[in-house]
Amino acid sequence: MKRKFITFIRIVETGVKNFARNTWLAMAAMAVMVVTLTIILFSLVTSAAFNHSIAQIADKINISIYLNDSVTDQQRNDLMGRLRGLSEVKSVNYLSKDQALAEYKAANANNKDLLTAINEAGNPLPASVQVDPVDPAKIDQIQALLNQSSTQALEDPQAGTSYSGDRKAAIDKIAHATDILKRIGVVAVVVFAFISMLIIFNTIQMAIFNRRDELTIMRLLGASTSYIRGPFVVESVIYGVLSALISVLLVNALFVVASSGLQASSLGLLDINYANAYFRHNFLVLLTLQLSAGIVIGAVSSYVATRRYLKFKKPS
Amino acid sequence: MILLDRVTKAYGKSGAAAIDRISLHVEPKEFVIVVGQSGAGKTTLLRLLTREERQTSGKIIVGGVDYDKLKDHDIPLLRRKIGVVFQDFKLLPNKNVFENVAFALEIVGMGNKEIRHTVPRVLDIVGLKSKEKSMPMELSGGERQRVAIARAIVRQPKILIADEPTGNLDPKHAWDVIKVLEKINRYGTTVLLTTHNQEIVNRLKRRVVTIQHGKIASDRANASYKI
Repeated sequence: MKRKFITFIRIVETGVKNFARNTWLAMAAMAVMVVTLTIILFSLVTSAAFNHSIAQIADKINISIYLNDSVTDQQRNDLMGRLRGLSEVKSVNYLSKDQALAEYKAANANNKDLLTAINEAGNPLPASVQVDPVDPAKIDQIQALLNQSSTQALEDPQAGTSYSGDRKAAIDKIAHATDILKRIGVVAVVVFAFISMLIIFNTIQMAIFNRRDELTIMRLLGASTSYIRGPFVVESVIYGVLSALISVLLVNALFVVASSGLQASSLGLLDINYANAYFRHNFLVLLTLQLSAGIVIGAVSSYVATRRYLKFKKPS
Repeated sequence: MILLDRVTKAYGKSGAAAIDRISLHVEPKEFVIVVGQSGAGKTTLLRLLTREERQTSGKIIVGGVDYDKLKDHDIPLLRRKIGVVFQDFKLLPNKNVFENVAFALEIVGMGNKEIRHTVPRVLDIVGLKSKEKSMPMELSGGERQRVAIARAIVRQPKILIADEPTGNLDPKHAWDVIKVLEKINRYGTTVLLTTHNQEIVNRLKRRVVTIQHGKIASDRANASYKI
């Protein structure tokens, strides 16, 4: 037990020494690893921010069914009851003619001409039933119900049904775009992870090549495989840990500069303030994730790189 | 201690045997000299014992370990029981004398305190106590060879294998090295020495195994050099 501990300490010491000795070689390996980890981290945070933005917009979507003035309370309650029975529906509200007028007036309080016109016309606005769907992308049941002739008979012939302006189409596009972005992100992460593994692999192989005499002698003197391999794995794990820390600092700096320097709270759909808040709120989780990704990339690539050199001779 | 039974080692597919059905038995604490011309198969024999090579056929048992049953991950454990002095020393050029010897102990997980205690004693045996801090580059051939011996014996192996340890040395230094080997043998280590130095063989008067064309040509006690 004591020997194992001493051996472990020696492996770590040697790994740290080798890391210090290989600084320039290590730079290349770490540079690629930083890029990889930064992409991973950036994708994570922006995807969270995108999802947040979409959710916020989607929340504002509802369906308004404008009723003609002859619809009785009985008919309206019947319609609302049927809508409430659908699994796609989150909530159903009624907006009477008077309420609609009040809202209209409030919305156009600054437009005197419009207000005068609408007062003279009596109240031209129809009463409406407002349907809030669970998921704005899934409204098949609702549409089917609205297309029934019995429902259509209740609708105002001019206004009919409105799907909350034209937002739905926009939201579909955004959702589609984020979906593509996410896929690109995943591909980029995989590609860069692979490249950084290759480069670390190469770095370690060069380090091994420089020290092959030493490794041969270690082998002949009876050093175990883990004693020879250990320092290389430790060295690459150091690359991983440092790269993870650098990538977290980079992304942090990016958000700080973006939210203060640009004087803007969002870049298009990317809500920087939210991304910043998300980054800060989940800092420990993200840091842990980055560290583990760095450690895994480093450990796996150095493990594979040393494999070839540690084989015992097979019978010829 | 060492038992070889009809051991053959052939390289490549052509099957030219470097070692051809050699049988050899070495008792514990014995001092055996293996002689033979270059290419006779001496080094191959030693490489089979350290498991740098695997025999094509035959049985090898060293210190109770049957090499046929030896798993790859047990090879390091085997090598820790056998001290080897290589013809080309195989010292680490960027470590000093003390560190080179200590290296063999670090590998097996010995504590630093124990290492600091053990290494000077072994360097004393080989007569290099005053050169602890020297780098291999600063040493003469004989001194380097003695560092290699110190490294081979520092773990107190049951068996010491020395492959032409005097090959690159002048007669005086060669004899210094041999005296160290004799000393170690007196402490109870089985020594297997290969050489083609006639004078050394004649002065040692030990068991001499002569190898020719991969076969044992003669095996005599208290023998002198003869090929």
